[in-house]
Amino acid sequence: MEKVNSTPLLRAEQLTCIKQDRILFEHLDVAVYPGDIIQVAGPNGAGKTSLLRILAGLAQPHEGQVLYNSTPIDADPEQYHQSLLYIGHKAGVKAELSAEENLQFSLALHQHDANQAEALLESVGLLGFEDSLAAQLSAGQHRRISLAQLWSSHAKVWILDEPFTAIDVKGVAAIEQQILSHAQQGGCVILTTHQPLSLPENKVKTLTLKYRV
Amino acid sequence: MQPTYSYWSVFKLVLARDLRIALRNKDDVINPLLFFVIVLTLFPLGIGPEPATLAKIAPGIIWVAALLSTLLSLDRLFKSDYADGALEQLILSPYPGFIWILAKVCAHWVLTGLPLILISPLLAGMLQLPLQSLEAVVITLLIGTPVLSFIGAIGAALTVGLQKGGVLLSLLILPLYIPVLIFATSAIDAATMSLPYSGQIAIIGALLAGAVTLAPFAIFSALKVSTN
Repeated sequence: MEKVNSTPLLRAEQLTCIKQDRILFEHLDVAVYPGDIIQVAGPNGAGKTSLLRILAGLAQPHEGQVLYNSTPIDADPEQYHQSLLYIGHKAGVKAELSAEENLQFSLALHQHDANQAEALLESVGLLGFEDSLAAQLSAGQHRRISLAQLWSSHAKVWILDEPFTAIDVKGVAAIEQQILSHAQQGGCVILTTHQPLSLPENKVKTLTLKYRV
Repeated sequence: MQPTYSYWSVFKLVLARDLRIALRNKDDVINPLLFFVIVLTLFPLGIGPEPATLAKIAPGIIWVAALLSTLLSLDRLFKSDYADGALEQLILSPYPGFIWILAKVCAHWVLTGLPLILISPLLAGMLQLPLQSLEAVVITLLIGTPVLSFIGAIGAALTVGLQKGGVLLSLLILPLYIPVLIFATSAIDAATMSLPYSGQIAIIGALLAGAVTLAPFAIFSALKVSTN
């Protein structure tokens, strides 16, 4: 599976993460090439979210560094953030805004055309809910609002933390398709999920973190 | 290929979002204002309607009330964005933190500082403040309350991750408010005595310039520490 001729899009070197005096992982090397789908697996508390947050630049590793296109991500964070789509545990959806306003804001914040919000909501099955306040929508619908960005994103690197939580079976299939086509267009996806992915096995690399005491 | 967004458009985007959220959540706007009005109304009742006494303590009361009502509203400045994950998205946006933090703090000031200024002439009259010092009250509030918002936002950013950050926030921030309080009340006192007060205004203006340019960097660093 190793691609010899291409350089990694995202590379983590010798990452060590310590939380509350417990070493989550030590000297971890990750190389993510264009076209890769990497599933980070491991039991609860193994450090999956911590790893994703470090890769996104939200958290600082205890040791080691993350490089995007061979540049450390903290050297030019704005440049990196242009190529990054991070969807975390929390959906980042404001209860006081409507579904469409929420998505328009996310799109504009990531330099996308906000006028496509309505069409994007349709593609995640939220047609008819555009004007409902997010406070009245379910957890799965919140997640769909933030995941709608997958249908418009120009970002090369997608980091998705538990994207399938609270999403129904049909929704999961649609998101998996989107992940696959993003990888085929030369992007890369790093995700955590406890559900088995129904993507072709040769497309997905698994990175397993062990629970360390 | 993709539309380009200037810093100014991002500033407007975040400002409009915060204002819209606050207007749909009216408690947040009314609460600090109501607090301000109630405190200023209680003083004449407690001290007695003696015009000379009231006029003497009015500058102090107005400013202490403004300070505490700002403090009251600071806690939620970043808290709801932190709780629902919107803060992470802002930190990961392809813009310097300076821009959207400036927009958020400006929104906070529009919602908490500006109403105080608009209502202050009325309350100054109630406190028997002579007419010639009314101008000083409005001017000091106009350039002083943004300083309170900016400095307070540093404390709010530092305590955003804490469950009960309120007490710590007060302890961190109130001492830093003292210079504004001293110069603002002294400007109003000077105006009451028909003396020039441009010196005090200049110092508060300098504090404002310093706060606007430097505080956003401190706030961004504090937010990154809090979300780490």
